[in-house]
Amino acid sequence: MLDRSLSRYIWTHTKPQQLWILWIVALSMIPYFMSFNLPKMIVNGPIQGEGFADPDSTQIFGRVAFELPVLGNIVLYDGAELTRLGMLMALSAVFLGLVIVNGLFKFYINIYKGKLGERLLRRIRFTLVDQILRFPPSSFKRLKGAEVSSMVKDEVEPLGGFTGDAFVAPALLGGQALTALAFIFVQSVPLGLITAVLVMVQALIIPRMRRRLLILGRERQLTARELAGRVSEIVEGVNTIHAYDTSNYERADISARLGRIFKIRFDIYRWKFLVKFINNFLSSVTPFLFYSVGGYLALQGKLDVGQLVAVIAAYKDLPGPLKELIDWDQTRQDVQVKYQQVINQFAIDGMIDPAIQALSSDAATGKIAPPLAAVNLSVTDESSTVGLQRVNFSLHPGETVAIVGTGGSGSEILAEALARVVWPTSGKVVAGDVDLHALPEAITGRTITYAESDTFFFFGTLGDNLLYGLKHAPPAKPTQRQEDMSPLRQWARKEALLAGNPDFDPDTDWIDYPSIGVDGSEGLLPAVFAVLETVLMTKDVLDLALRSTVDPKDHVDLAEKVVRMRQTLHAALIAENLDGVIVPFKPGAYNSEATLFENLLFGNASLPELRADLITANAYFRKVLDAQGLGDHLFKTGLEVARNAVELFSDLPPDHPFFQQLSFMTADDIPAYRILLQKLDNGAAPSEADRAALIRLSFDYIEPRHRFGLLTADLMAEIVAFRSVFMAGLPDNLRLGIEPFDPDRYIVSGTLLDNMLFGRISQKYRDGADRIYAAVAALLPKLGIYDVVLGLGLNFHVGAGGKRLTSAQRQKLNLARALIRRSDYYIFNRPLSALDARLQTQLMDNALRWLRADGRDPGIAWVVSSPGMAKSFDRVAVFDRGALVAEGPYDDLAQKNAVFKDLISA
Amino acid sequence: MLLNDEVKMLQQVPLFAGVSPAKLKLLAFTSERVIYRAGDVLFQQGDIGDSAVVILSGEADVVVDGANGPIKVAEMGANAIVGEIAILCDIARTATVIARTEIEALRISKENFLKLLSDFPEMTIEVMRVLAQRLSHTTIELTEARSLAAQGGR
Repeated sequence: MLDRSLSRYIWTHTKPQQLWILWIVALSMIPYFMSFNLPKMIVNGPIQGEGFADPDSTQIFGRVAFELPVLGNIVLYDGAELTRLGMLMALSAVFLGLVIVNGLFKFYINIYKGKLGERLLRRIRFTLVDQILRFPPSSFKRLKGAEVSSMVKDEVEPLGGFTGDAFVAPALLGGQALTALAFIFVQSVPLGLITAVLVMVQALIIPRMRRRLLILGRERQLTARELAGRVSEIVEGVNTIHAYDTSNYERADISARLGRIFKIRFDIYRWKFLVKFINNFLSSVTPFLFYSVGGYLALQGKLDVGQLVAVIAAYKDLPGPLKELIDWDQTRQDVQVKYQQVINQFAIDGMIDPAIQALSSDAATGKIAPPLAAVNLSVTDESSTVGLQRVNFSLHPGETVAIVGTGGSGSEILAEALARVVWPTSGKVVAGDVDLHALPEAITGRTITYAESDTFFFFGTLGDNLLYGLKHAPPAKPTQRQEDMSPLRQWARKEALLAGNPDFDPDTDWIDYPSIGVDGSEGLLPAVFAVLETVLMTKDVLDLALRSTVDPKDHVDLAEKVVRMRQTLHAALIAENLDGVIVPFKPGAYNSEATLFENLLFGNASLPELRADLITANAYFRKVLDAQGLGDHLFKTGLEVARNAVELFSDLPPDHPFFQQLSFMTADDIPAYRILLQKLDNGAAPSEADRAALIRLSFDYIEPRHRFGLLTADLMAEIVAFRSVFMAGLPDNLRLGIEPFDPDRYIVSGTLLDNMLFGRISQKYRDGADRIYAAVAALLPKLGIYDVVLGLGLNFHVGAGGKRLTSAQRQKLNLARALIRRSDYYIFNRPLSALDARLQTQLMDNALRWLRADGRDPGIAWVVSSPGMAKSFDRVAVFDRGALVAEGPYDDLAQKNAVFKDLISA
Repeated sequence: MLLNDEVKMLQQVPLFAGVSPAKLKLLAFTSERVIYRAGDVLFQQGDIGDSAVVILSGEADVVVDGANGPIKVAEMGANAIVGEIAILCDIARTATVIARTEIEALRISKENFLKLLSDFPEMTIEVMRVLAQRLSHTTIELTEARSLAAQGGR
């Protein structure tokens, strides 16, 4: 928990370290003071000749002796006798030595402070995130994610920097300032008094002036945080903004906010530099007084020159610490304010007790007494709209209950309350006779599984997200002993403990294998595949895998088998009378289902300058094209494509849907091409740009699709001939930019499916793609790579919030994530609303069967999307306007209950 | 087969007989050229209609689910258009169409077909004419069937 006062918080967590560093600071004062006295000794002694009356006189240097009460005079070092020059050098050497010692002290202190600060920052950040995890669910309705994260990320950052200085800086800087002041007093009382007065003025005025800066700073922070919140709102709500054409309203709002922020920031600058000006002025007035008053005193003979030099030298060290001390005070106030604000934001009533979330690696099933029940449960939301009113409902193990009701009927709220997502306003949810909210999450979060229609997925792979619900605790028995850990891991553990963070290693295997009934990681994949099959997602995952690219270096065996599969797949297709569905790439033949450009390169271009859009500008390509005499032919082909397109489309308005069919140009291009055609038909010579544009136009041509009849046998032969010439003479800088199609090699830049087909799916056959998928899926197990490929599908990255999956896939995955867990109770809250009714029923029946397989008998409550789905359940609970209006078997209710009858007929 | 050939084929289809070749070429270009093997199902009775098919070559059977299994109600050959009813009135397929031989066909999506009708009124009139002919044909058949039933019942 965070203390209200920042200083106390810092002191509590870093006391021993602060004491140590204070002790070091005190120690550092000794050489610091000595270095003040030295200039005086050097100037007065060897330079001005005090004590060196004649050239040969010497002085004792470095005698170390003590006068002790009992032991008498103890001489540790007799010292050395040195001449005037020798003394100068020796004292200068001591000066240098002190500079180094002071520097080293400073270095050590800074490093140590940095470590303290960073550790405390880590502690604060962790505490904040820990608190977020313990906020009561209702508080998230008011929180803006971006604002909270900007607090954790940016606003507490200065706190870390301040920690190291919290106690050390005043001690060190105050010490230094006092030392310097004391030194000046020792040299000359009048100069000391002058200095003291000016220092007092500075110390009183400047902080007062800076107070306004603090207020401005606070405003700046608030407005900036709000800005962050608004920006993230714009990002999240961008569809709404577009749909309602409110982008300019948003612009106005942002502009107004930025204006406010600008004003605050500019005020800060103005004040800051005003304060700086006054501060500098005060600091510079002092030397003026030294020169005038000190000089006067020296002329009067009341002060020797060496003293004056030493005072001025000492004064040089005074404004520095003083200024820093004033800065420190400002930082302290600033940081204290920030800290307070963050604390206030994070002080939320009804925070979950840490004990509820305590780590536990015990098996959880069977830990709570049946039934799971709502007792007099009422839920009211913040605007005191009643969501659920005095509901009594119980769910026993082995029982399946359908919860039926319209959108606002309360059926969904009951499910949320049973899953502890919503907290009761009055009444309670109990397991046996224990209040669910008194039980640790380690029990409720495992004995109860909950899935709803809103899906949330974390940034990561499909597999990670599927197994997310199994990661409750790190392995019970650490797999490694302390001394076996890598040094890095040992260091990470130690540091985590020092900063009050938990030392769990997120990289170990957190998956709770026993809870899904398997022994270890070997059993995982079959279980995953089984659950994917249950939610009818195998085909989706297989599709994802086949559409992904794989680095053959990581999957040598797979790549090899995929290359071999090209033959087998072909044979399998012939066996199924599907010959011709794939038109394979053959080095010596034109592939009519591929674009003309693909046939030219016969490979995948990875370098931008070899891609279709730019290659016409590539000198080598043009050279080969012209040398082969192909340039003119492609130009003519492009001309015909343009002619056909213009003829077909010139009468249509530009927004006509038919233009979608025109893959190689847009409606806007048509007039330009028409003019070009007219020009060329009138006998004008094409310009270089016209030529390139028309050649480019020929690149996308696919005869079976466009059917303009442009591919003659001669042209195809020329294109095939072009390939080998082009590849043979390819300059080195382009060689890596193209990956040729080789029947015996894996194409790294192609997808897995591209590699299996090694050709193009013919457009001719209506269901060609489906048939090929089926053939591929049938072949994979025979080659022994089905599991590997499906596993690759699990590596598919789902994107932020799972946005790379369709909404149906997201809900299926969401259900799968719930089903793979073994719990005593399952609560489903319209989990499949994005699917069509037939599929919903099929998936639901699959899920019910899955949950009762292997003799398990969990209690299942399912808020169904349509009353018809309730037929599959033992019991139906009907909700209407926040109340449970009827309960009983489907057939009874369908005959007797009016509300249910209405629902069915609706 | 190329666009120009397809245009010639389309001109043979009664529905498109009055439509200018330029528009037929556009129709051909925006449609998919597909091949069905013998036994392939072009449409399944009960599915939502998303396209019509012009048979360029080959033959198909039109089959309706009856109480005692499928009943073959018609045969379609080259130049016939099938599946246009479902996309015109937004109903499920009224019959199943199965390829009897290999069929080459043009598949016209629902959106494109409707767009063509709204863009080219002469096509719409042609469609109406063909549908009216079919209706009168059906009416005659129905009358005959009823009179047969009436005689049988006597």
